Amino acid sequence: MNRVTLLTLQLLVAVVAIALWHVLTTVPLFGTIVLPPFFFSTPEKVFGRIAKWIAEGSVWRHLAVTLTESLLAFVFGSLSGALVGFWFARRQTVAAVFDPYVKMMNALPRVVLAPIFALWLGLGIWSKVALGITLVFFVVFFNVYQGVKEASATLVDNARMLGMSERQLLRHVYWPSALSWMFSSLHTSVGFAVVGAVVGEYLGASAGLGYLIQQAEGVFDVAGVFAGMIELAAVVMLIDLVVGAIERRLLIWRPMSGAARE
Amino acid sequence: MQGLSSPPAAVDLKDVEVAFQLAAGGRYTAVERARLTVAAGEFVAVVGPTGCGKSTLLNVAAGLLRPAAGSVEIFGAPLAGLNRQAGYLFQADALFPWKTALENVALGREIAGMPKRMARERAQDWLGRVGLAAFAQRYPHMLSGGQRKRVGLAQVLIRDPAILLMDEPFGPLDAQTRQIMGNLLLELWSAARKAVVFVTHDLEEAIALADRVVIMSAGPSSRIIGDWRVPLARPRDIFEIRLDGAFHDLHREIWQVLKAEVVKSYAAA
Repeated sequence: MNRVTLLTLQLLVAVVAIALWHVLTTVPLFGTIVLPPFFFSTPEKVFGRIAKWIAEGSVWRHLAVTLTESLLAFVFGSLSGALVGFWFARRQTVAAVFDPYVKMMNALPRVVLAPIFALWLGLGIWSKVALGITLVFFVVFFNVYQGVKEASATLVDNARMLGMSERQLLRHVYWPSALSWMFSSLHTSVGFAVVGAVVGEYLGASAGLGYLIQQAEGVFDVAGVFAGMIELAAVVMLIDLVVGAIERRLLIWRPMSGAARE
Repeated sequence: MQGLSSPPAAVDLKDVEVAFQLAAGGRYTAVERARLTVAAGEFVAVVGPTGCGKSTLLNVAAGLLRPAAGSVEIFGAPLAGLNRQAGYLFQADALFPWKTALENVALGREIAGMPKRMARERAQDWLGRVGLAAFAQRYPHMLSGGQRKRVGLAQVLIRDPAILLMDEPFGPLDAQTRQIMGNLLLELWSAARKAVVFVTHDLEEAIALADRVVIMSAGPSSRIIGDWRVPLARPRDIFEIRLDGAFHDLHREIWQVLKAEVVKSYAAA
């Protein structure tokens, strides 16, 4: 399938879904409307709302807040996850001691931390950043930990036979290996950063897309909820495209992202 | 035994024994009282059935593995830690996947402190010698199995080691590519004679390449059970040499010994 056909088919799915939504919420079937607009709104209202937000300019402020929170959560979460993952993988005793606690923390649904962060850090952006960090950290941590531990034994032997010192091993073998694992989890960790920001806003904030959705929901403004959701989805898709491009550049040496796609 | 006047051997394994502690408890003796002497510039092939501890012996010579008993001497000096005079070509892919062919080859020189530009120039030169001058900017996954082996060979040889340890280096390649690689290896080796320990399970390959062929018995507790000098003239052409009468006679003679061990190793498996 070539790119144009694929894109056409993909657009077709959206068109059909929206048309179906429109018909079911406005045209009576056997005397009743299948999806009552009070609960499902209508495409006109939702897209009208988005247009209005954009025209008013109010949405940019919320978007900026959410993106800032996501970015901060991503950067801090990735950095700490990579460093701790690296450290644990190289120091097996440390890893063994902390193992049950890491598992415990990871098993905890991070949403329950949101009220605590709000209490500690207030309703501003930092409580959302903190929530995002707890999500991103573990994704990156586990990937880097695995990456360093599973650095091929042959590769390490080869590096040593080529005369590498411990420091050179870190630089030429372990670190690139860890980074490649971190990059391969880029999509997941960026997604989690956004989730952290939005959920945090939803649970208590004064700005951001999550806040926008929560406000609309509070007054049974279904069109507002859907508008917020669509906005969020569009932004996440844009971010994903950017991440994909970055990944292709950084992982050019990888079979899947290098040769196959280029 | 070496006389006092003769130069020390490049590799001298004296009654080396290698044993592993098993996870289930107990001890597995992989190699027992192995004696192997390789003179400077000599090409020795070690042949044995699968799982006989050929690679183990190589790892001992490389210093990657410490023998449980016996001693290892490299040019007359006892080996402590890694063997700094040896280059090791591994059976599995051991190139750095995140580095291009050129960077992979230059690495051995760069980490030893050679300026980057100079190292890269030498690496380019070495890529030319293994016939990959045009592939310098490729990453390993963009190269074929045979090309990767060529890069691996250049990566090892650029450091100019006095000893070359090779662990079934051409094992994963198809028959034709193996012969081409064999010829390339002989060509590079005759240009700068290094002591070579070449481990393989392919007797024909061993005879075609080596000055001496050493046979190991089936594991566990494998020993060296035979040592033949290959009376074939150099330079050799791997494609042609298999048609030589002397090649066949030697092959038949060694195979008589090796066959019994191969049968044993399959019976045990």
